[in-house]
Amino acid sequence: MEHKSLRRTVYDRTMRILIRVCAALTCLLLAFLIGYIFVNGIPNITWQLLSTEPSFRSDTIGILPNLVNTLVLILGTLLIVLPLGAGAAIYLTEYAQNRRVVAAIEFAAETLSGIPSILFGLVGMLFFTELLGWGGSIRAGIMTMVIMVLPTIIRTTQESLKSVPQSYREASLGLGSGKWHMIRTAVLPSSVDGIVTGYILAIGRILGESAALLFTAGSASILSSNLLQTINSSGGTLSVALYMYVSERGELEVGFAIAAILMFLALLLNLTAKVAGKKLKR
Amino acid sequence: MKRIPKGEGQTGIAPKTKSIRAAFEKGMNVLFFLCGAVAVLFVLFISVYLIVSGIPAIREIGLADFLFGQVWKSTAKEPQFGILPFILTSVYGTAGAIVVGVPIGFLTAVYLSKAASPKIAAVIRTAVELLSGIPSVVYGLIGMTILVPAIRTAFGLSSGATLLAAIVVLAIMVLPYIISVSETALCAVPKEYEEGSLALGATEMETYFRVSVPAASSGIAAAVVLGVGRAIGEAMAVMMVAGNVANMPSLLESVRFLTTAVASEMSYSAGLQRQALFSIALVLFLFIMMINAVLAILLKKGKKS
Repeated sequence: MEHKSLRRTVYDRTMRILIRVCAALTCLLLAFLIGYIFVNGIPNITWQLLSTEPSFRSDTIGILPNLVNTLVLILGTLLIVLPLGAGAAIYLTEYAQNRRVVAAIEFAAETLSGIPSILFGLVGMLFFTELLGWGGSIRAGIMTMVIMVLPTIIRTTQESLKSVPQSYREASLGLGSGKWHMIRTAVLPSSVDGIVTGYILAIGRILGESAALLFTAGSASILSSNLLQTINSSGGTLSVALYMYVSERGELEVGFAIAAILMFLALLLNLTAKVAGKKLKR
Repeated sequence: MKRIPKGEGQTGIAPKTKSIRAAFEKGMNVLFFLCGAVAVLFVLFISVYLIVSGIPAIREIGLADFLFGQVWKSTAKEPQFGILPFILTSVYGTAGAIVVGVPIGFLTAVYLSKAASPKIAAVIRTAVELLSGIPSVVYGLIGMTILVPAIRTAFGLSSGATLLAAIVVLAIMVLPYIISVSETALCAVPKEYEEGSLALGATEMETYFRVSVPAASSGIAAAVVLGVGRAIGEAMAVMMVAGNVANMPSLLESVRFLTTAVASEMSYSAGLQRQALFSIALVLFLFIMMINAVLAILLKKGKKS
C-alpha cells in the first residue's frame, strides 16, 4: 500500500461525507416538502371543494372553476404552440441553410427562456388585455403562455429531431420522397418520444405559472356556461387561485388543498413523461 | 453530412406534377421559416415594448433619482419614486440564495455525477426534477407557514416575513437548476483526465475536486449564473414570504424585490405610478439581459473546452 499523509486522508474522508450529506439533504428536502403538503392538504380536499363554485351565500369555497380554467388554458396553449414550436424546430434542423438565421432563432429562444414570468405577464397585460382590448381573459392568458413555453417546445423538439439518424433521411429521400414527406414519415415518427416529453414539460410550466397569468387571465372563479364564454372571460388557474386564497383571503386550508392537487399533478406529469419517453422510443 | 438534393432519382414523374411538388416543398419551407421567425419576433416585441413603455417615467423622474432614490412612496401626495431599495433587495436576495444554494447544489452534483451508484443517481435525479416541477406558489405557501413563523420566534420579531425568509425560499428554488447544469458539465469531463489523476496516486475525492471540477468550471459557472437569473426573476414565492414593504434591505426586515414591486402595485396603479412600474420592469429586463449574455458566453466557453 502507498503511504498517504494524514492531511490527505482527512481531506478525502471529509469530502466523501460532505457530498453524501448534501445529496441526502436534497432528497430529504423533497421528501419533506411532498410530505408536508400532502399531510396538510389531503384532509382538506373534499368533494364539495372539487365540484362547486365559490359561493358567498352559503359561505363555501369550491375550485371547480379553477380546475376548468386550468384545463382550458393548457389545452388552448398546446393547440397553438404545438404546430408553432414543432414548425420552428423543423425549420432549424431540417430546412435552414443560413447559419446566421439559425443562430438568430436559437438566440431568440434562449433569451425568451430567460425572461422572468412577471415580465411576460406585464407585456401580455399591456398588449393583449389593453391594446387589443381583450380584457383580463383566458384568451389573453393563452397567448401569453404560448410566448412563454415556445422556447421549451422548440428546444426539446429540436433535440429529438437531431437525434434521428441521418441515414433515415437519406433512405427516405433516396426512395424518392420529397422533403416534407420525408419529415412526416421518417423523421417525426422516430422522434415522437422527445417531442411528447417536451409537451409534458410545457404542461408542467403552465400548471405552475402564476405571475404571468395573474395579470392576463386574471383570477376570477366563476363557471361559464360554455367554452367560448370561458375563453373570453377572466379566470384564475389553480396556481393563481392558491395565491389569491392564501395571500388575499388567508384561507390556508384551501391553499393547502390546492397545493396538494398541484403537487399530485406535478408527480403525475413527471411519471407520464418518463413512461412516454420509454414507451414511445423505438 | 451530405444531403441528397431533392427531386433527383424521381424518374417517370410528369413535369407538371414535378413543378407542383416543387412549389409545395417551397411552400412548406416558407411555412416552417415563419414558425421560426415567430420566436425572433416575440423577443423583439417584448424588448421594444418594455423599452418603449419603461422610458417615459424615467424621463419624468430623472434617471439618477429613479435608480438611486432611496424612498418609494408611489401613492403619497408628493410621490417619490426611488427604486434603490428594490434593486439592492434583488441583488442581496439573489446573492444570499446563491451563497446558500450553490454549495449544497454543487456538492450534490459532484456526488451525483461521480460517486453515486446508478440506482441512487436515478433517485436523486428524479428528486431534482420533481423539485424543479413544484410551482412557485407552493414554495411560497410552505415558506409562509413554516419559515416565516420560525423566523419570527427565533429572532423575536413582530413579523417573520423578511429578506431572510425570501433568501431561504430562493435558495431551495434555485437548487435544482444548479444541480442539473453542474451535473451535465461534470459528466462531460473526459474519463482520461480522471483515470490519469487516479493512476498518479490521487485519491478519488482529490481527483473529483482538483481535476474534474476545474475541467468543468465554465459549466459550473453557467449553473451559478442560471441560478442568479432564476432567483432575480422569481416573483410570487418571494411576494408571499418577504413582507413586501419598500424598505432598504436588511436581513430581518420586510423587503420588496424588483419583481414584487411590479406585481404588488400593478392591479391598482395609474398615471405616473403605473409608468414607474413599467420602468422597474425595464430595469429588471436589463438585469436579465446582462445575465443572459454572461450565460451565453460561459456556455460557449464550456462547449469549446
